Amino acid sequence: MIAALLLLLVVSAVTFAIFFLLPRLGGQTTTQLATQYVGKDANPESIAAVKKNLGFDLPLYEQYWHFIKAIAVGANYKFGPDASVCHAPCFGYSFKSHIEVWPELKSRIPVTLSLAIGAAVIWVISGVAIGVLSALKRGSFFDRLSMGVALAGVSLPTFFTGMLALGFFQYNWHIWDNVQFVPISDDPFQWAWNLVLPWCSLAFLYSALYARLTRAGMLETMGEDYIRTARAKGLRESRVVAKHGLRAALTPIVTIFGMDFGLLIGGAVITENVFSFKGIGAYAVDGIRDNDLPIVLGVTMVAAFFIIMCSLLVDLLYAAIDPRVRYS
Amino acid sequence: MPQEDVKIPQQSTAGAEPLLRVTGLVKHFPITKGMLRRQVGAVQAVDGIDLQVAAGQTLGVVGESGCGKSTMGRLITRLLEPTGGKIEFQGRDITHLSVGEMRPLRRDVQMIFQDPYSSLNPRHTIGTIVGAPFKLQKVATESGVKKEVQNLLELVGLNPEHYNRYPHEFSGGQRQRIGIARALALKPKLVVADEPVSALDVSIQAQVVNLLDDLQSELGLTYVIIAHDLSVIRHVSDRIAVMYLGKVVEVADREALYGQPMHPYTNALLSAVPVPDPKRRTARQRILLTGDVPSPINPPSGCRFHTRCWKATEVCSTQEPPLIALATGHEVACHHPENAPAKAQEKNAQGKGAENGPAIGNQPTDL
Amino acid sequence: MSTAGSDPLRKDSDRDPLRKEDGPAPSAGATVGEPVLTARPDTAEAFLAVRDLKIHFNTDDGLVRSVDGISFDLQRGRTLGIVGESGSGKSVTSLGIMGLHRTAKARISGEVWLDGEELIGADPDRVRRLRGMKMAMIFQDPLSAMHPYYTVGAQIVEACRVHQDVSKQVARKRAIEMLDRVGIPEPHQRVADYPHQFSGGMRQRAMIAMALVNNPELLIADEPTTALDVTVQAQILDLIRDLQKEFGSAVIMITHDLGVVAELADDLLVMYAGRCVERGTAEKVFTEPQHPYTWGLLGSMPRMDRERTERLNPVKGAPPSLINVPSGCAFHPRCPYVGLNGGSSETIVPELRETAAGHWSACHLGEQDRDRIWTEEIAPKL
Repeated sequence: MIAALLLLLVVSAVTFAIFFLLPRLGGQTTTQLATQYVGKDANPESIAAVKKNLGFDLPLYEQYWHFIKAIAVGANYKFGPDASVCHAPCFGYSFKSHIEVWPELKSRIPVTLSLAIGAAVIWVISGVAIGVLSALKRGSFFDRLSMGVALAGVSLPTFFTGMLALGFFQYNWHIWDNVQFVPISDDPFQWAWNLVLPWCSLAFLYSALYARLTRAGMLETMGEDYIRTARAKGLRESRVVAKHGLRAALTPIVTIFGMDFGLLIGGAVITENVFSFKGIGAYAVDGIRDNDLPIVLGVTMVAAFFIIMCSLLVDLLYAAIDPRVRYS
Repeated sequence: MPQEDVKIPQQSTAGAEPLLRVTGLVKHFPITKGMLRRQVGAVQAVDGIDLQVAAGQTLGVVGESGCGKSTMGRLITRLLEPTGGKIEFQGRDITHLSVGEMRPLRRDVQMIFQDPYSSLNPRHTIGTIVGAPFKLQKVATESGVKKEVQNLLELVGLNPEHYNRYPHEFSGGQRQRIGIARALALKPKLVVADEPVSALDVSIQAQVVNLLDDLQSELGLTYVIIAHDLSVIRHVSDRIAVMYLGKVVEVADREALYGQPMHPYTNALLSAVPVPDPKRRTARQRILLTGDVPSPINPPSGCRFHTRCWKATEVCSTQEPPLIALATGHEVACHHPENAPAKAQEKNAQGKGAENGPAIGNQPTDL
Repeated sequence: MSTAGSDPLRKDSDRDPLRKEDGPAPSAGATVGEPVLTARPDTAEAFLAVRDLKIHFNTDDGLVRSVDGISFDLQRGRTLGIVGESGSGKSVTSLGIMGLHRTAKARISGEVWLDGEELIGADPDRVRRLRGMKMAMIFQDPLSAMHPYYTVGAQIVEACRVHQDVSKQVARKRAIEMLDRVGIPEPHQRVADYPHQFSGGMRQRAMIAMALVNNPELLIADEPTTALDVTVQAQILDLIRDLQKEFGSAVIMITHDLGVVAELADDLLVMYAGRCVERGTAEKVFTEPQHPYTWGLLGSMPRMDRERTERLNPVKGAPPSLINVPSGCAFHPRCPYVGLNGGSSETIVPELRETAAGHWSACHLGEQDRDRIWTEEIAPKL
């Protein structure tokens, strides 16, 4: 737990350094930085005011301290005549829209979460099922077909499959018209219905990957001595596979799943863009395009938070699956 | 090929300077915990052993898994850094020599490993593998490395024409021969063999044992052979050290150790060896030890064997018995030695020697 | 009769050279044709009868003849030791009896009669029901042979409940009883431990408890002590002996260690390259071995019970590849006495012949030559 918090702090320091230290090293002055905040009607006074307000003149470590403090307890900013309170966790204001980063980010989390969770459920179930079947029927037609499709799936990027799906299902066959995000609290059915295409196109890639991983893991486990023991006990083959084989084969899958899922919550960048969902990934893209540092910083921190949480969860899950981890 | 044909008499334990002398050798592997790698304990793999190996002799080191025999092998070849104690090779202290300082010594001290499958690089031809020592030590050979390697291959009973083949093309026994050829390339004085035959099939085992035997007499080698198989150790060794949980519990010449074992553990080990004679099955009484070897992380107090020993008394759990000579060349670390001569009895106040001779037939215990 | 289950690869089974055209069809355990190995000739019906068992594997490199015609009988209460080096087919034989070969890969022919029931070609589900119930097996390395994710207790309970319709509580009680019986201290606590928390010897005891939980009548032990230290090995061998006395089961002991079989076995079967080269009562085979390979095995072992010999007398060369088994007698390239047989060793596969009562050997050597070599050349060197 402490390790996770420490790690988060390290991530924040590194991101902070990238955005505030590197530009300086690259020769950018604090004035130029402040200019971005002020925007179009920049004049020396307002720039100076912003510089002072945002503390750009302070030494870097103090700036970092303010940055951390803002996240932890919030901060007060003054923009010329306006004064505003930025509540914790405060990631500052967008350079461009002058809107606070966190509320915007918060409103986008459900979109990304819906996308990621749904896709994850689909890819885990389909990937593992296909992988297991392929391993058990190794060399069969099913195995060769599914592994062929999986190879294609691994090589096809989401923007391609997503566009393809949109092209056929929405524009050609009009099964969906205008896929858009509907919050689950508004209409669960519409929520799910609208997410089917994004889910599937996102899950396709991962599903293919997981099928291959599961197949390899299953083939290895089914050759283990304890599988032979299970058979020697007279267990039914289905039980041997499900209880003795699958559980061991899934251990590495869990690890990878934690990573993948964490990354995905950090933003299913491409999928969100293809389907014009206003998720975290899309927000990050906006931030990067506009050189909007607070947004990028905010997204990075949130993504890091989710990834670290996920790996923490994986560790716990790992201990639950494998007793040897628990006792060592 | 033999450099010197001086035949050193066996059992030259007293007098002459031994080739290898180990005093108070200790190796503890730290156990760490948490992010800060705090040391919470140590595996006391080797915990104070004294040994001597005379030139031309074979010292057999025998013991069960976890007794530290392999660690000891790696310490005396300096593949591991000792935690304490002293290792002298030809009178020179090599205990803490750096890798660079060890390099010239690597010619004289070589090691043969247990697993002939994993100790050879699968991407190199056996010519490269066996020839590597020449390159590493920058030894100039009269007739070129290739010729030299072919001679070695022939010496260990492999076809010299197989110079260009890869390890996977050889069987287990042949691979062990390759490992032996590599170890012998620079005409070492001391060869430490860690379980050299235990991964091999019975018939191949015997071939390798005979080979080691022939090479010793041909090249005047000194061996330290580490093995768990008591019958193999008996066959190959002149002198034998029995280890238990990081300690040497008994050292003696072959005939003495197998004929009149003094330590109860040695007795138990010997009686546990299955003998290929079904008629003996009913005749013999076995000493059955209870339980397993305790953990070397937290070894028992006093005599480390007292938890499994049927002769253990109060003193065994409190006082560690020293390794002392109870007969000429027969050292044992026990409060209650068996088969000990009368004089020794007095030395060990609580000693209660048994009169019956060999390993079999002593104080059988119930499970 | 001799089919390898529902193997789709066996469509051309009519032309299958492995199929026996006119093999004896023993009815309910009556032993016909092949010589019968039993020290109790009055018992016509063997508990386990194996007849001309062949197990071949199709691989990319060719057909591997792992087991190439093995026959033996085993009675309840007796122990058969199967001895051989790696690749001799001893483990493959035992897995074949247990029906543990994957039908897609293995081609199995011959007969295995367990208590009057033919197992080769029987309904796989029927064989599964017998497995763990009537016949059980313990393996070499108990650490890898037990599932690392389940407690020892859970694994024994599972073995119990596959075959017996009992509640979890009852099965658990039975598991604790069994752990206690095989000598595990504090079985009430240890039943909830995982295999990695056990020491090597304890794990093998737990493995034995698991195999015996359903009182099997046939126990196959595949190198049960190879991974163990000698003091623990002695404990385990004693345990197996005691349990056999108690349960009266038939035991097959597979090992490369002649010392281990000498401790336990009543009968002995020596395998080489998938075939039986010698079999007989343990006493006969150890005291008057007849096959040069058995001589070689005995000569390879340093003996603790004899004076130390200066040199061992191993078999020369290495075991053959099972894809290219040497013609004639598979042992002939390594046999020092080929010259005495006038070339027949290279061309004719020697039959397993009864050379003395209760003693069979597959060798071309004439009786006189054999006895002379044994008494003059081999025996003195052992």
